[in-house]
Amino acid sequence: MPQLIRKGIRIDESFAEAFPMTGSGVVITAPTRKWALQAAATMTGYATSVIGCDCEAGIDRELSTRETPDGRPGVRVLLFGFSPKSVEKALVNRIGQCVLTCPGSAVFSAFDGEAKIKVGDSMRQFGDKWQISKVIDGRRYWRVPVMDGEFLVESSVGLTKKSVGGGNLLIMGEDWAKTMRATEAAVEAVHETPDAIAPFPGGVVRSGSKVGSKYKGMGASTNDAYCPTLRGATNSALDADIGCVLEIVIDGLTSEAVAAAMRAGIKAIVALGPKNGAKRVGAGNYGGKLGPFHYHLKDLV
Amino acid sequence: MKPLLFTLKAEPDQRLDLSSLTPDRLVGRSAKEIEAISIGTTRETVTVGDIFKVKLGDVTSVRFDGGSDRFDLLGAKLLPGFDIHVEGDVGAQLGRAAKGGTITVAGDAGPYVASQSAGAHIDIYGDAGDFLGAPLAGEIPGMSGGRVIVRGSVGARAGDRLRRGIIIVEGDAGEDLGSRAIAGTIIVLGTAAGERIGYLNKRASIVLSEPRELGPTYVDCGAHSLGFAKLFAKSLAPESRGAARLLSGRLQRFAGDTAVFGKGEVLLPA
Repeated sequence: MPQLIRKGIRIDESFAEAFPMTGSGVVITAPTRKWALQAAATMTGYATSVIGCDCEAGIDRELSTRETPDGRPGVRVLLFGFSPKSVEKALVNRIGQCVLTCPGSAVFSAFDGEAKIKVGDSMRQFGDKWQISKVIDGRRYWRVPVMDGEFLVESSVGLTKKSVGGGNLLIMGEDWAKTMRATEAAVEAVHETPDAIAPFPGGVVRSGSKVGSKYKGMGASTNDAYCPTLRGATNSALDADIGCVLEIVIDGLTSEAVAAAMRAGIKAIVALGPKNGAKRVGAGNYGGKLGPFHYHLKDLV
Repeated sequence: MKPLLFTLKAEPDQRLDLSSLTPDRLVGRSAKEIEAISIGTTRETVTVGDIFKVKLGDVTSVRFDGGSDRFDLLGAKLLPGFDIHVEGDVGAQLGRAAKGGTITVAGDAGPYVASQSAGAHIDIYGDAGDFLGAPLAGEIPGMSGGRVIVRGSVGARAGDRLRRGIIIVEGDAGEDLGSRAIAGTIIVLGTAAGERIGYLNKRASIVLSEPRELGPTYVDCGAHSLGFAKLFAKSLAPESRGAARLLSGRLQRFAGDTAVFGKGEVLLPA
């Protein structure tokens, strides 16, 4: 594969292939940072990939007391799915089970979007007719009485169909520790990019997949070309100096956000250098025929 | 660009209906056409030209230099994006059934301010009369949106049949504040007179700045730090610091009026 060299790190002339998704987001606040993060962590659990979960979700960033609508510590959570309907269902279920239940929490829309999802409007009935609606600056909120006071939830949350899911980086290094060091640096950079999340555990996925399988009825299976233990046995994409591959998958509210997150990730990996970090950076695609969004690594360095 | 200016020549000798002098209705009119508009309410014909000196300007904004308590229906049915400023007093039904826009009055206003207003932001630097935000006789809901701030005091029955929106009174309020209120929010920073605060209030929030006795149909629900109040405080801070300070603190919640729905509340500083 043709490659560029940046500070001794090989950058594949490849591209990440991504798909259109529907995105939504909420700002969760709580009396303390700990409980805001707890609500966000619980709400974004089991939401790594739409292949097996109802949505892909993650924490975009933490918000200071100055940035939140109610002046309490907050977290901005983004949630992605394949259709507005599935996003609505996942968001309402997750807020109902994970945020309504979390002590001290309140929920606000993270952005306006082209359409709205009824969140507070679906949750208000928990108040058993004791709920109270308030319109403040044109936005409707529901006050639902709960055992620690009131759960404040915005009636509707923004939704956009311009989201992109599946931006990715394949980070290749000599061993697990060095590859992980580069990957963690890249995840950190992705977190700092607004409007983008990395939904996998800690932002990282180690079980990259290819389309198809030797077994009947399995749509996807391990990406053997990138498995270091199969380097000699299969048609491997790995060089002799690669002993570990980790992937970062990125979902963003816009295509620009995904590109910016990938660019920031590559920059962080390159900054770390090949000695203590990764030796090579690649990207996953399906030949360019499945997804309309292509992010060429050569455009991002 | 300077606003379209109406300068008062002399105190009018009859009540005036100024509902036709909103910026959205004056777009594209010449000074002569505006001067010919009839604004009288008696058999004696009165036109704009008889009362005001007209000077054309920016059509989104109208300014009245000089006011009178005979200026009725000023800013009626005003649309969003337009604004009116009055350097003086106004009469009854200021901002009646306004859809949006902003109205500022440097002096006092008469009764029925913001009656059935659905979205205007009205700021009165003096006092306002009775029935602020109330419906006229025979109508069911009162004010149904927007924001009214009275820097002075208001008369009786402010917020009567309020349906939605916020009323802030920085001075005192007359008797029967928030009577028959359907929903919405009323904040009084001075003293609210009388025994019947929130009489037959269905779902509205009435916030008062001083602890006081309420009627027997309001039931104590304890002192709380309420999230929605903080949101209100942040939203109101630029326009009324007093209201923002009151809402940021802990509030004692009295639910009522239990003689009707009982889903409303009176909030007092705890």
